[in-house]
Amino acid sequence: MTALVTQTDAAARSESRASVEVRLEDLRRQYGSVHALDGLNLTIGAGELVALLGPSGCGKTTALRLVAGLEDADGGRVVIGGRDVTLLPANRRDAGMVFQAYSLFPHMTARQNVAFGLRMRKVASRERLRRAGEMLELVGLAAQSDRYAHQLSGGQQQRVALARALAIRPSVLLLDEPLSALDAKVRSQLRDEIRRVQLEVGTTTLFVTHDQEEALAIADRVGVMRAGRLEQLAPPTTVYTQPATAFVAEFVGLTNRLSGVVRGGAVEVRGVRIPLIAAGGADGPAVALVRPEAVSLSAATDTATGPLLGTVIALAFLGASSRVTVDLGDAVVLVQIPTADAVAYPAGTRVRVALRLDPVLITRDDATVTP
Amino acid sequence: MSSAAEPAGPPFRGRLRVPSWVGVVPFFVYVAAFLILPTAIVVGGAFAGTHGPSLTNISALTQPYILDSFLHSVVLSASSAVIGAVVGAVLAYAVASGAPNGVIRRVVTSACGVLSQFGGVTLAFAFIATLGGAGFITLWLQEHGVNIYANGVWLYQLSGLILVYTYFQIPLMVIVFLPALDGIRPQWREATSNLGGTSWHYWRHIAGPLLLPAFLGCLLLLFANSFSAYATAAALINQGGLIVPLQISNALSSEVGLAQANLASSLALAMVVIVVVVTALYSWLQSRTARWVR
Ligand SMILES: Nc1ncnc2c1ncn2[C@@H]1O[C@H](COP(=O)(O)OP(=O)(O)O)[C@@H](O)[C@H]1O
Ligand SMILES: [Mg+2]
Repeated sequence: MTALVTQTDAAARSESRASVEVRLEDLRRQYGSVHALDGLNLTIGAGELVALLGPSGCGKTTALRLVAGLEDADGGRVVIGGRDVTLLPANRRDAGMVFQAYSLFPHMTARQNVAFGLRMRKVASRERLRRAGEMLELVGLAAQSDRYAHQLSGGQQQRVALARALAIRPSVLLLDEPLSALDAKVRSQLRDEIRRVQLEVGTTTLFVTHDQEEALAIADRVGVMRAGRLEQLAPPTTVYTQPATAFVAEFVGLTNRLSGVVRGGAVEVRGVRIPLIAAGGADGPAVALVRPEAVSLSAATDTATGPLLGTVIALAFLGASSRVTVDLGDAVVLVQIPTADAVAYPAGTRVRVALRLDPVLITRDDATVTP
Repeated sequence: MSSAAEPAGPPFRGRLRVPSWVGVVPFFVYVAAFLILPTAIVVGGAFAGTHGPSLTNISALTQPYILDSFLHSVVLSASSAVIGAVVGAVLAYAVASGAPNGVIRRVVTSACGVLSQFGGVTLAFAFIATLGGAGFITLWLQEHGVNIYANGVWLYQLSGLILVYTYFQIPLMVIVFLPALDGIRPQWREATSNLGGTSWHYWRHIAGPLLLPAFLGCLLLLFANSFSAYATAAALINQGGLIVPLQISNALSSEVGLAQANLASSLALAMVVIVVVVTALYSWLQSRTARWVR
């Protein structure tokens, strides 16, 4: 199932299929007084998969629909493969789209669905059925070719939708939360499957999701959106370890907000000097954003660890790792450690807390950002 | 039976065992009294002669004036159904394209609910008051040099009935066709254009085939609806026997007696046969729609 094609293989193929670059330039779109897109700039490299990540209502779908031509821009340009398509109608844009759910034509079989785009392109009947069969094979559904949508599971329907979008060999593949209507297990399976297929065909892809885990797992680069703008665009690891803003830090993964004081290029939190991700900024009080895995625990008797003492108030088992909630008296910190270590700290245990010296981001606005 | 020592369970289980079919008994009694029994009487009457069973009443159906009334009934039902279905479908489409819980939709659907049941003397009177020989629209048009009755007063003829019937057929169509339109998802139109299709392709390959069975089904429903309507026509038209329901009424109220009552039965039987055929077609089409849209 997860027979991943190697990167070089995919690169070779994508060259033969001539993937193109897709540029969104200063895109604007307003609904009444709502700025759904407020100057969005994003360049997706040829064959690249960019995940647009952000809370509900931040404009992800709008961005996708503008690229597809299903919605008109109030300002800005969409450039696909060097060609300005901003004024082209959807049916001449060459954009393959996978919707959230229920997009298959219910009166057509899987094969007829996949062949539909080729039919619109006047490909001869035999040829389009052959290519539809090929695409269904690519998504692992050759055996279900003659089924109708209602005879397929949700995950299978999305595979057919993917095959249908790719059958026309689009310049850009657009996916709008294609997994959000599925069960957790199917979701992660299909996520890997979509990535495998995308690498194999090499189509430039924009993948919209509000699920950070999904975005980090699937994308070459993740674009974090907030209120119609791009907050950060970077590879998954960078977004996680070096978030550009407090919003990104808090939306991608969990963070602890620990108050401290900025002094001489570092932030002092409870006697620990932690370096800053972004240097600069005046000295003074600030809130440090510390990842749960940058905090460690040891026995209360272990004085060598440091002076910080707390009491465990909850222990959540997450599989290989566990999340421990520790009350420091005036604040609560989340700590993520291997489960094997965590079992030593059941609720009620007094523990010593240490902060790792990974560079952190600080914020001075006290308003909590809730993803 | 459970012993007394057992802890309190669901209090009625095991004690009051009412068979599940008991609940539907009233329904079956109702159906028997008002559907099966009358049908049996109609069938019995249709084949009854003065001296035992006979085909006299059935063959009486072939008399020219009766065939005429069947022709009129079919023309009336078919044209009011077609007009109602087309206009109603367009109206329903306009409603379905709007906001799902918008004011327009709520107003239109409740208005249609009321209007589709509007009929009989009230409806006839409304039309006489507006479009009758002295109706205010008629007079207003006359003042402006338009005489809609230059070739005779058609309101009280077949064409008048067609017009009056569309008045309840259109709203009925809106109500029965809306669910089919609601089953059409906006993604299908968008997917069609992403895949390179135009609006024409969408209607030709997607919306058309998906809506056609439902549309035809609704058309048949409208046909049956006007085919069996009686009160409106009776209130509007004095001349007896233009359409089959009026013909039945004639046969029942004429002074000739028993033989005519049996003619009424055979007329009714012929109507039942036509409605049964239409209903069978209707449910076949419904099952076709149900196969895809669920
Ligand atoms: N058709 C529309 N009419 C009015 N407002 C809309 C419409 N589509 C989107 N919006 C608004 O634009 C904003 C962005 O929406 P959307 O792009 O769907 O967000 P996302 O996909 O990130 O959840 C939201 O505030 C939403 O309410
Ligand atoms: Mg969305």
